[in-house]
Amino acid sequence: MSITDLGMPAVRPVHGQGNLHAQVAFPKAAKEELKNDQMRANIRHATHTIRGKRANVVGEVPDWQQLRDAGSAIKERVMANLPELLEAFEQNVIARGGVVHWARDADEANRIVTELVQETGTSDVIKVKSMATQEIGLDAHLEEHGITATETDLAELIVQLGHDKPSHILVPAIHKNREEIREIFRREMPETTDELTSEPRVLAEAARQHLREKFLATRVAISGANFGIADTGTLSVVESEGNGRMCLTLPDTLITVMGIEKLLPSYEDLEVFFQLLPRSSTGERMNPYTSLWTGVTPGDGPQNFHVVLLDNGRSAVLSDPDGRSALHCIRCSACLNVCPVYEHAGGHAYGSTYPGPIGAILSPQLTGITSEENASLPYASSLCGACYQVCPVKINIPDILVHLRDEDIRTKHGERTQDDAAPAPVSHDLATESADNWRSEKALTGDADSERTDPGTRSRGATVRGAASDVAASVRSAGRKISKSAPAKKVPTQMDAMMKGASFVMSSGKRMSLAEKGLPLGRVVAGRDHAIGWLPGMVGGWTQQRDIPEPPKQSFRNWWKKHEGETEQRLAQDGVVAFASSEESADGPATTRRTEQDDAVPAIPPENSAKQPTAEPDQLGNGTNDQDGAQR
Amino acid sequence: MSADAKTEILARIRGALADQPAVAETPREYRKTSELSREEIVEMLEDRLLDYKANVFRETAETVAERIATQLGASARYVIPDVFDTAFLPEDTAARRAIVDPNDARKASALGVRELNQVDAVVTSSTVSCAQTGTIFLSGRPNEGRRAITLVPDHHICIVPLDSIVELIPEAMARVEPTAPTTMISGPSATSDIELERVEGVHGPRTLDVILLG
Repeated sequence: MSITDLGMPAVRPVHGQGNLHAQVAFPKAAKEELKNDQMRANIRHATHTIRGKRANVVGEVPDWQQLRDAGSAIKERVMANLPELLEAFEQNVIARGGVVHWARDADEANRIVTELVQETGTSDVIKVKSMATQEIGLDAHLEEHGITATETDLAELIVQLGHDKPSHILVPAIHKNREEIREIFRREMPETTDELTSEPRVLAEAARQHLREKFLATRVAISGANFGIADTGTLSVVESEGNGRMCLTLPDTLITVMGIEKLLPSYEDLEVFFQLLPRSSTGERMNPYTSLWTGVTPGDGPQNFHVVLLDNGRSAVLSDPDGRSALHCIRCSACLNVCPVYEHAGGHAYGSTYPGPIGAILSPQLTGITSEENASLPYASSLCGACYQVCPVKINIPDILVHLRDEDIRTKHGERTQDDAAPAPVSHDLATESADNWRSEKALTGDADSERTDPGTRSRGATVRGAASDVAASVRSAGRKISKSAPAKKVPTQMDAMMKGASFVMSSGKRMSLAEKGLPLGRVVAGRDHAIGWLPGMVGGWTQQRDIPEPPKQSFRNWWKKHEGETEQRLAQDGVVAFASSEESADGPATTRRTEQDDAVPAIPPENSAKQPTAEPDQLGNGTNDQDGAQR
Repeated sequence: MSADAKTEILARIRGALADQPAVAETPREYRKTSELSREEIVEMLEDRLLDYKANVFRETAETVAERIATQLGASARYVIPDVFDTAFLPEDTAARRAIVDPNDARKASALGVRELNQVDAVVTSSTVSCAQTGTIFLSGRPNEGRRAITLVPDHHICIVPLDSIVELIPEAMARVEPTAPTTMISGPSATSDIELERVEGVHGPRTLDVILLG
């Protein structure tokens, strides 16, 4: 169901802007990233390590599923009551001495934070790792205004010092190994010497020394928030290193940027999420430090507290009943760690602050599926479902991926010309507006442009995607022009023509039978190695990944014609009188396979049924499978 | 400007929720009450804390001062919160001295961050501890102090009275004042940011000594 059915609301939700997409679509970006063997090895090592840790600590919680159920239900409640909860949260923050700001988009949030920092008269801020401020490109914006933001989380520091981009929600420097990190520190931290080793302990110590003075001297801190509690105005940051505590405790002024979906109705709800998040995220029973604060506490911690509530496309995500549960995400990154596509392509390929399976649904929903390059993200998945299985709040990522693919295809075909949400406002911020904010240094954009205008090259795409996504990617590039805005009705593509043709043939038994006469031709093409390794045009996407086994000598349809009468004969041989029986299920695979053709299957004694079908499944099985293959 | 933004964002959300999604009652079937014995719960907490590389000691009112003296070492300047049972503390010597912080940064006698950075350790009590996750809760009560004193010094000696230990997170959180500035501590500061290998000791106290008292 779409809300357009109920008439357009007076105020349309609006899509988001900022670091949510790049100019390079996922297939192209992934192809480039796949060439980086070191990165792939690093990510493989890290994700496999954390998968094991997570499985262990989740396994020891007997009520894990009950916690997931509660977590999922609480988040559903939050989304349904968001306006009321936001207003309650605001009131409670104000009552405790805090100041609440509302930001419609990245530009507005950046402007608010910058002005707040400028009011304090300082040009240095320390930051706690925060997805929201990455999303809006806050660091770059502050820099434009002469404000230096120092990231204090170790991984963020590695990324910042390495002039790199984060590639993982939890461990942004997951793509770097210890040797690479050592090189970055040695180069960027003047106080280090050649004695610096690549031991994680030594590197952590170097970070401690490097940041200590910053923590003691800096008067303004900027954080995100893991949770905001509507009924108390409490905020929470979950962390490990103590850099969060430093930022939340020592400065005079604290500015917290929080997505509007981060709310929980009541303090009691934290008891669920404090169990779900750490085990899903770092694979620990609990992270070393969690901070909770409510407004201003006189004599303890920052005496000036501001919270910026950020929409930036969240209301647009909320407007899609089939996709809104993406907002339940608590940014644990468990889905990244189990995803086969993420493991190979890495986080940079997604081009957004939010990589991995959750990014593949959240990013295109935040920007709108019509946003040119994010439209490929829902195809960046094998739909294996591992992400859903580990999600602590039970976001059905595979379902939403399929839903978004559908939206994308319908958009391409002009069947969905009206988006429920309005397009993102054009950013006037150099930091977020710049052409390819996320991957400029990777020099991917050059040939990406040529690809977009030349659909033919697309079919020789990346190796990680399945055939279905290959085909879909081809459809996209074939059917799409460079226009970024409202989708228009497109000319029929190769795929459209093929699908129409297939539908014509398959909708009639006669036509299908006729088409199957072509099977022997396939056997000729397959040749002596009994496999077809190359197909022309866009269907070549399939053979790029794997061979097609040679078609069978005859189709199932033909086989059945010849053998149809044998059922009767065999029944007669067995001396069984045909009658409808409810006991047929006891007969095992042989009879269940036949029930559709033969309602009158009798109760064949088990010892018979075990012998009887020996010759049959082979023919039956191969026949159907191959026919299936030939159709494709 | 801000009021406009608020009005517009709320209107957008209301528009987005035009389908008026139904919300079911939140199922709270998860465990809320422990079924373990006191001793099992204490053992579980000890096990979890050791796993985090914290040091754990079981002491009584008679032995606690000596334990604290041992952990501080012969030479130490250490911070204690405003209200603290000095019977738990070793006697001051020329080289080992307790410094009282008034729990209020606005007071003249409050230690500045640079002074806190110079002291060797901090000794505090705690509000409640959760055995299941090995988590100690500090909530700024008079014998726990303001947040900075347990953060900047490199060595935190934390007293956990046995009767403040519970098994489950819901049991622990029920004992914390929601709006109090709260820090949940599960072992010394740590990071897994380099190849996801856990390393103890980054910005928070690198040594955490937990004294189970009772």
